[in-house]
Amino acid sequence: MLRVQLCKRRGDFTLDVDFVAPVPGVTALFGRSGCGKSTLISLIAGLMTADTGRVQIGDDTLLDTDRGLDVDARHRRIGMVFQDPRLFPHLSVLGNLQYGARRVPRGTPAPIGFDDVVSLLGLGGLTGRRPHELSGGEKQRVALGRALLAQPRLLLLDEPLASLDLARREDLLPYFERLRDAFAIPIVYVSHQFDEVLRLATRVILIDDGRVRVDGDIATVSRHPMLRAIVGPDAVGAVMAGVVERSDDAGLTVIRVGDAELLVDEPAQLGQRIQIQVLARDVIVADSRPTGLSVRNVVAARVVSVTPDVGRAVLVELDIGRTSTLLARITERASQELGLAPDRQVWALIKAVSLRGHVFSAPRH
Amino acid sequence: MLTPAESEALTLSLSVAARSVAFNLPVAILVAWLLTRTRFAGRTVFDAFVHLPLVLPPVVVGYLLLLLFGIRGPIGSWLYDAFGIQLAFTSTGAALATAVMSFPLVVRSIRISLEALDRGLEDAARTLGAGPFDRFFSITLPLIAPGILAGAVTAFAAGLGEFGAVITFASNIPGETRTLPLALYTALQTPDGDAMAARLALISFSLGIAGLLVAEFLSRRLRRLIGR
Repeated sequence: MLRVQLCKRRGDFTLDVDFVAPVPGVTALFGRSGCGKSTLISLIAGLMTADTGRVQIGDDTLLDTDRGLDVDARHRRIGMVFQDPRLFPHLSVLGNLQYGARRVPRGTPAPIGFDDVVSLLGLGGLTGRRPHELSGGEKQRVALGRALLAQPRLLLLDEPLASLDLARREDLLPYFERLRDAFAIPIVYVSHQFDEVLRLATRVILIDDGRVRVDGDIATVSRHPMLRAIVGPDAVGAVMAGVVERSDDAGLTVIRVGDAELLVDEPAQLGQRIQIQVLARDVIVADSRPTGLSVRNVVAARVVSVTPDVGRAVLVELDIGRTSTLLARITERASQELGLAPDRQVWALIKAVSLRGHVFSAPRH
Repeated sequence: MLTPAESEALTLSLSVAARSVAFNLPVAILVAWLLTRTRFAGRTVFDAFVHLPLVLPPVVVGYLLLLLFGIRGPIGSWLYDAFGIQLAFTSTGAALATAVMSFPLVVRSIRISLEALDRGLEDAARTLGAGPFDRFFSITLPLIAPGILAGAVTAFAAGLGEFGAVITFASNIPGETRTLPLALYTALQTPDGDAMAARLALISFSLGIAGLLVAEFLSRRLRRLIGR
């Protein structure tokens, strides 16, 4: 368990946070640029000094300003991957990978093997190269491998994809998913891209203006009003756990979520446990089962609540069985005309194509 | 091809310049590091002091060295009594005077590369378990090597021609402190010395060109080596 309680003042800005991150698993520190995420991560790594606070991993205290205890960053054994890869330009890829590995103190358990890291991150063909001969994505993979081989007890990833273009980001994300599932190292992942958080995190800590605003699992945070305030209303939606059941005769993937089956236009492995995000703006509510529509997913649902949302819209929470709930954003007028109120039975309509790109493999831990 | 006196002056010049660089580098690296990486009271005064040889007449530097390191100077007498080392009027003294004169150039060159160095690399090394000395020798030093090399080459080239400080502190002793510029000066003072002066000037000229070419070659190799 990682316990963090830190306070740092810089000019007008005050960072004051307190949270516990479960181990293992990926905890995302999410917030807009300038909210204090990077400062926070530097403080945890020990690269910056906190005014007051404590940092603990398991039973080891790394910082306790009350007791005057402050373990130097080099002894914290916290692996870090920065926004820019920060590879050592005068060393080969191999030299970079071995840099931390050679400095692991004697007697430290070293569960992470060189060959495992090389194959997991696909570094086999790169070891003889120099950093300036690598692409941006390759550099970040090497940086990740270098951090892992120092046998860290915690991995801090500070927007590791921020310096890459969209296509490279897509290439690199699967490596982070594999890393998450392969090693039992707790990971703190800083990002201001909610889709990255969705794909990787098991727990999300929303930070705004130097403070923790929301702290919960991905399903809770993805529907939280605070998320709307930070990333805008379009990112709000339900994230639900599901299983890939089969593919139908039209080639669509059938995913079981709650009591419902959702058709998705995206290939997936049978039996795979997934998380699916259904954005509130993509859900239509009907009072009777419609016919003659192109929509593929028509799901029986029960209204749980209707709450005011942005502008003239309301957010309707819909129970689709087995504690799975959808969110639908519709206009206030539509809600009145349908007479939506708690316990009302309705139908939720979701286009199969709108779910493309919103299905992620579930974390193993 | 060269007369004994000429080759003596040439070898002596090379040796004095090389030793001046050897004196210079460790101290210059330390001072450049202090000036870029630390904040201490009197830093500005210290910075000005380091640059003093650039603005003082070389003769004044030689004179100050004589006061400090001369046989009766506070440091000079201690060195002589404790270790039997005499600096004034020796080739080692000539190297010291040369080193002091080129010191600001070396510090400047190293400082520029230290300032250009991405501190993030040192932070990365720190999270990978490297202590301060380890970081300095494994990351900082190799990456500022081009700056160190540039400083060393400049100091070596400037050292070949140092005149004022050397003649004041170490005098003009044949075979001991009579370097190329001093030999040239002596030749000019001698009747019928014009031909020799011209030959010495030519030697200095060739040496300078060769030095520049070697420096360019080395710096290219080094940059490739550290992946820049």
